[in-house]
This record gives sequence, structure tokens and C-alpha cells, in this order.
Amino acid sequence: MDVMPKWAEVVLVPLISLLLAAIISALVILAIGEDPVAAVKLMVTGALGSTYGWGYTLYYATNFMFTGLAVSIAFHARLFNIGGEGQAMLGGLGVALACLYIPWPHWSLALIGAAFMAGLFGAVWAAIPAWLQAKRGSHIVITTIMFNFIAAALLNYVLVNMLRPKGSMDPATARFPDATNLPTLHDLLAPLGIAFSKAAPANVSLLVAVAACFALWVLIWRTRLGYEIRAYGHSESAARYAGISPVKITMIAMIISGALAGMMATNNVMGEAERLVLNSTEGAGFIGIAVALMGRSHPLGVFIAAILFGFLYQGGAELALWTSIPRELIVVIQALVILFTGALDNMVRIPLEKVFLALRRRKTRGAG
Amino acid sequence: MTPETTTERQATAASTAPAIELKGISKAFGPVQANKDISIRVMPGTIHGIIGENGAGKSTLMSILYGFYKADKGEIWINGSRTEIPDSQAAIAAGIGMVFQHFKLVENFTVLENIILGAEDGRLLKPSLAKARRTLVELANDYGLNVDPDALIQDIGVGMQQRVEILKALYRQADILILDEPTGVLTPAEADQLFRILGRLKSEGKTIILITHKLREIMETTDTVSVMRRGEMTATVKTSETSPAELAELMVGRKVLLRVDKTPAQTGEVVLDIKGLTVIDDKGVERLRGVDLQVCAGEILGIAGVAGNGQSELLEVLGGYQGGTGEVRLNGELLDLTGHLSDGQSRRNHGIAHVPEDRQREGLIMEYQAWENTAFGYHHDPAYRAGLLMNNTAIRDDTTGKMERFDVRPPNPKLAAKNFSGGNQQKIVLAREIERNPDLLLIGQPTRGVDIGAIEFIHQQIVALRDQGKAILLVSVELEEILALSDRIAVMFDGRVMGERLPQDTDEKELGLLMAGITDTDAPHSVAEVEANLAKAASAEKRT
Repeated sequence: MDVMPKWAEVVLVPLISLLLAAIISALVILAIGEDPVAAVKLMVTGALGSTYGWGYTLYYATNFMFTGLAVSIAFHARLFNIGGEGQAMLGGLGVALACLYIPWPHWSLALIGAAFMAGLFGAVWAAIPAWLQAKRGSHIVITTIMFNFIAAALLNYVLVNMLRPKGSMDPATARFPDATNLPTLHDLLAPLGIAFSKAAPANVSLLVAVAACFALWVLIWRTRLGYEIRAYGHSESAARYAGISPVKITMIAMIISGALAGMMATNNVMGEAERLVLNSTEGAGFIGIAVALMGRSHPLGVFIAAILFGFLYQGGAELALWTSIPRELIVVIQALVILFTGALDNMVRIPLEKVFLALRRRKTRGAG
Repeated sequence: MTPETTTERQATAASTAPAIELKGISKAFGPVQANKDISIRVMPGTIHGIIGENGAGKSTLMSILYGFYKADKGEIWINGSRTEIPDSQAAIAAGIGMVFQHFKLVENFTVLENIILGAEDGRLLKPSLAKARRTLVELANDYGLNVDPDALIQDIGVGMQQRVEILKALYRQADILILDEPTGVLTPAEADQLFRILGRLKSEGKTIILITHKLREIMETTDTVSVMRRGEMTATVKTSETSPAELAELMVGRKVLLRVDKTPAQTGEVVLDIKGLTVIDDKGVERLRGVDLQVCAGEILGIAGVAGNGQSELLEVLGGYQGGTGEVRLNGELLDLTGHLSDGQSRRNHGIAHVPEDRQREGLIMEYQAWENTAFGYHHDPAYRAGLLMNNTAIRDDTTGKMERFDVRPPNPKLAAKNFSGGNQQKIVLAREIERNPDLLLIGQPTRGVDIGAIEFIHQQIVALRDQGKAILLVSVELEEILALSDRIAVMFDGRVMGERLPQDTDEKELGLLMAGITDTDAPHSVAEVEANLAKAASAEKRT
């Protein structure tokens, strides 16, 4: 029997973990001689206190949703895709090619085309390690890490030698045509009479990310393919018995994963920068791992965790801007969150299970 | 271990204090009460059996005695003095030795190296090895436990490996030996050999606790027997004053039919026809060496053999997830053994259902709920599907019906497979496979880890399917089960079929010899000969 009710499993455990991470973070801030209460206030107002703050929080969250979903779907097939970063970089290349070389009449068509190209490029980049794993037994953790470096080098080469406009000193593509510029939340909400900050980069690809969360939920929990992926993830030997091909599942799960990571580029490259620059991903591919861990590889969990990490990113940037707390400390806080919600899960779970057990015993004793 | 403690122990053992006395042991795992107020007295120099169904709490009790778990309540008394056993080191110090069901030996070490492992006297190995060699000779003389100290574990047979485990315990000066399901991997001849050794140990004053679910072993070897049911000790009786039927009833809590009721088979046409089936595994080892078998409609063909002699590979090839060469025909139609049609899906489409040997590793996804497992392998069935999506409602409804018909408890389709008992897990698999109405049912170890009450039910279901005119290929390492269920018996050894017998014309002894690779049943043969054969097979057949 399950010891804990589901709500405790899903809500209480991560909440307590977060609280513990927050307490330790507060101690660290205290230790460097700053005021943790003021720091929290600054983070909250900076990230959530204005539509400008929200705009940035949601912008980051969009990135993390894509990469978090990418890691999640691979997790369900018990594949650890650490290559989200490289797949997102390649996705950026796909977006750049789509935006620069195809004359789009309208942003909506451009978004569909660019998302397709981004997904395709990301999927191809993930398919190579997947194939090496499925057919040759090369460990996917190793190959996807290496493919991150290859992606960075490839992008460097392409930007410097091929896509850089003549005479430009900057290793970046030309600015995308205006027709491909995505509407921001300001543009989208204005017709509804809601005033949203003009300067914030959150854009329509947030809706794409939310749609992707829902689509992935349907895929994982409602389709036969999702059923096969989860079965394979739980037990490869049982999957073989049932006639589920390990090669097929490995390839499909990684292709979906790579496509999702690649589609992140519709947000950061197409929606925000509106050109492809070096290191456009800024580590979002790696944050996706933490997001997937914290969200327990469930699309709804990923959605929430992505917003939390978006908050940490934006709040952290504000902290670095207004206080003498160094930016590195934000990384420490993020690391603590990952540590407590991901790695130290059992530290919270096991005592909590004991509490619930004791409660239940008392209840049955009272009844009997 | 100092000499003083040894003499002390011998002194107390000579008195009439029980070698082991457990008083009011209780242990709970979460909401599960594994042991409930268990008290037991084992007198020195006796063999005490503990019998009970799977999950009755036998292993938990022994784990507490060996220091793996700490009891929530209760006391352990060894040789008349209260003893705390917080870990296995303490258990060894108290003179308790344990022989596990799954041996804990280092495969590429010699017998001698395994014996001293963890009991080395100093930093240098040589003196320890020399001392162990001397001790080993003494032990061999005292108890008839002959082994070659320089043989590698991977080169000796299973029976021999078990002997090494016993020697390990004796080397650590154990006076009390606990054996957990020791005959599970042995041929009948090897089991007899083991029981002779246990008798010798007993006569030398050792105390032995034998944990088993086989009634016959209890009846033949023990002096007293305790029966466990659902975490409680239901009875402790003198073996000479009880009967198998009484013990079975105590185990299950109701009267149990110990034999299978069935009418003679009404065999029809050949359903499965195997010719020259050969399997070479990933490591290049030949697992099946030209097997020829036929199974007819309305017949149960039982495959007997010691685990690891090719039966698993036979099931896997027929189940579609192991490549092979040769000819396999189902209702006259040739099956694809290596190509893209060689998978579980296409086998199911051909009308082959498969209850795999290991339900937890293959037959079920333990994290999946019962209804998801009901669709497992058949999830492409149009009845289970709604367009691109799965028709979860239809599958759940179907599961509810199956659970009712196969008496799965609790009948809750939303409970994860891992939360069912072994017998109920097996019923979920059986319901899924049998209700597909297959032409051929492959069934491996149908009652392994299944409680006696469920065994009866499972056997009835298998016979009922046979009576509907289906062909059934049964693989089991339990000879009793093979003899009770089969209409025809084939014995496998070293990847070959050693011979076929009719159950009414044969007995355990003859089958046991065939299982050890001896076909000429008239020739005299020593235990040594059987062992040599088994060792040869073991070195070739060893699975990783």
C-alpha cells in the first residue's frame, strides 16, 4: 500500500524540500553579511512585483519548460539526455535558417516554420546519440555531453564563417526580418485591455510551451506510444517480453526529447534576440535537468518547476543588480534547490512517511 | 573469536538450554506486520523446520536472527543467554551461520579464497589460506564435506557451491546453521546429498534451521517443525506426529488439495512442432543444442530440468524475444526466428500466449497499475484503443472482469502490481494470457513464489485450458509440479532433450537422473558421477 496520500507525495514533499533549501540559502546570505529577509523581498518584488518582472520570469520559464519537458520524456524511457543544451543550440540554428532564408508573410506562419525547423535540428542532434546507444551501446550520458561541445564548436564555425554578415565583427547572424518578430505578452494582452510591460521579453512562445506541456501529458499518459515508453523505462526485460522494441523506443523518445529542446529556440532566438548569437542558450539546457527532477518528469510538475526556476533566475538577477550579493550566490541558491528537491528527496520523504504512518495507526486505533 | 567463547558455547550447548529461543518477536514494515509476537525454541542438536507460504514472514524472522533487521519488540536468547544481534558480525560471533537461497560467492575466486573472504586473519593472505586449508581438511573429515579447495567457484556445480556456503559458516565456527530454501536449485540427487550432510552435522551436535515451502523435505529431514502464516507462528509440532495434509492446512488456514484433479488428456493434432532448435546467446555460448519437441492440442507437455539448462531460452525463442536457428511450426506455419517478425507482438498475433518464468522482471511492470498490466503486450488490441489514444475505461472494465474471474485480491484495478502478493500477481498474468484464448500457452514456473492456496487455483486453470483443447508447454523446476500436471514429460539437460517419459511410467528418481544428464538408467552410478556431470554442465551453462 502507498504510505502517503497523493497530495502529500506531490505537494508536501517538494514544498518542505524547498523550505529547507530556502533556510540554508538564508543562512548562506547571513554568513556573507547580508540580510536574508531583504534579499527575499528584493527577489520577490524583482521577479513578481511588476509586469516587467513577470515578463522576465515567464521568459526564462518558457526556456525551462521546453528543456524540462525534453529531459522528462527521455527520463520516462530511462534515458538521461544531458544534451538539451546542444540540441537547443542546434534548434537556434534551425530557427535562424528558417527566419533568414524564407520570406514569411506573417509571424504566425514564421513561428510554425521556425518551430518545425528548430524541432527538426534538435531531433537530428539527439537522434545521433540515440542511435549510438540503441545500436552500439554507447552510453547516452557520455555521448550527449560530448554532443554539447560539438554543437558549440559547430555553431561557432557556422556563425563566424557562414552566417555572419559581411563586415560585421560580431559572431552572430543578421537581424531577422520584421515579419518574423514574435508578439510579446505586451502585444498579446493589449487588445484585452491589460497593460503589460513593453520591455519584457516574454512572448507568444510561452503559449507554445504551455501547449507542449499539455501535448506531452497526453502523449505520456494517454497514448499507446507513451504507454510503451513508460513500460520500457520501468523494465527493459518486460518490454522485450511484450514485443516493445528497445531500439524503436530509444530512438523515438530521444527524437521527441531533442525536438522539444530545439524548440526552445523559438523563445530565446526568435522571440527575444531576433538573431542568432553565440551561446544563446545560456545553460537553459542544463537547468532543464533540474526542472525535470523537481517536476518528477510530469508535465504539470515541469510547468510549475519552470516558473519557480524562472523566478530564481530573474530574482537572482535583481539581487545581483541592487545588492552586493554576488551573482554566484544565485547559483548556490539554485544548486540548493536542486539538491533538496532532486537529490535529497528521501531525506524529506522517509520521515514524512513515518509521520503519516503514525497518524494512520492512531486513526485505526481510535476507530477500533 | 577467542578460544574462551568457543569452550563456553560448547559448555552451554551441553546443557538443556535451547540453542535458540525467540521470545515475542514483532517486526513491521510500514503498514505490513511481517512478524507478530513470534516465540520459538530450537533445542541443540536438532533439525528444526520452518514452513510457510511466501510472505508468511519466514525470511523476515531469519533476517532478524541474522542481524539484517532489528525487531521492533522481542528478545533473542542463544544457548540460554540473552543476546543482542545488531548486525551479521554479531550473529557470526554468536555462532550463527546462514546459507542463503542465492549464494554469496565470488565466481572467479577459488573455494579457499571464498571461505576466508571476510574472515582473513591479517593483512597477508598466505597464512590465512594455509590455516583455512588445514581447517578445511578437518571439516571434510568430520562432516563428509568434500570439496576441491583450489577449484574456481565458476567451475563447480550448484550443489558444490552450496557446500562451500556451508563450509564458510562452519569455518566461522557456527554451531547453528540456517538454510533458506536450500533445495530450490538442486536436483533430487543433490538434495538427498545435502540432507545426508545435514544429518551428519546434526549428529555432531550442530543445530539446523531449515526454511522451506516443500512439505516433503520437512517430513523427511526435520525433528520439529514450526508453521508460519501471515506473520504469525500458528503451530510448532513434532514432525513424527504430523502429516503433510495437516501442515498444509496449518499453512493456508483451510483444507488444501495437494494433488491435481485431472482426467486423461484428449490429444488432438500437433500444434507446436520444433525441429533442431539451436540458440547461441550474446556471449557465444550454445544454450539450446538442436531441440526437437512436439506439443499437441489438448496436452500439457512438461519440461523438467535444473534451472539454467536451456528451458528459459526455449521459452524466450518461442515467445519471440530471443533469436535462434532451426524450424518452429505453429499449426503447420513456420515461425520467423530471427527476422523482423520475431518479436512478442507477432507471436501473440499467431495465437501464442506466454506466462513468463519471472513475472516481476518480464510478465508485469511492477509500477504499473493492474489495469495497465492487463493490457501489457496486448495494448495494440483494437478493443483497448480509441483512435490514437488508449481506451483506459475499456481496459479498466476488462480488468475488473478478469480480476473477478481469476479471484485476484484485492480486486482493485487501480492498485500497482507491486502491491499485490506473488500469487495475485501471477493470477493477473494468467488472466491476461489465458483469456486471450491462445492456441499455445507457454508457461514458465507457474507457481514459483505463489502461496499454496493460489497454486491449487492456478493448476486448475491450466488443466481447464488443456481441456478446451489448447496446447500447453509447461516449464518448471519443481518436479512435483511437472509430475502432477504433465501429460507428457521431456527432460532437458545442457541444452538438449535427454528423453521423454509419461508421468505414470516414471518417478522422481528416474527424472532426477535424466536431469543430471544420465540417460542409461540401468547402469549403476555414484553420486560422484552425477556431480561430475552437473559440474560439467554448470561450467558451460552458467548464466551471468
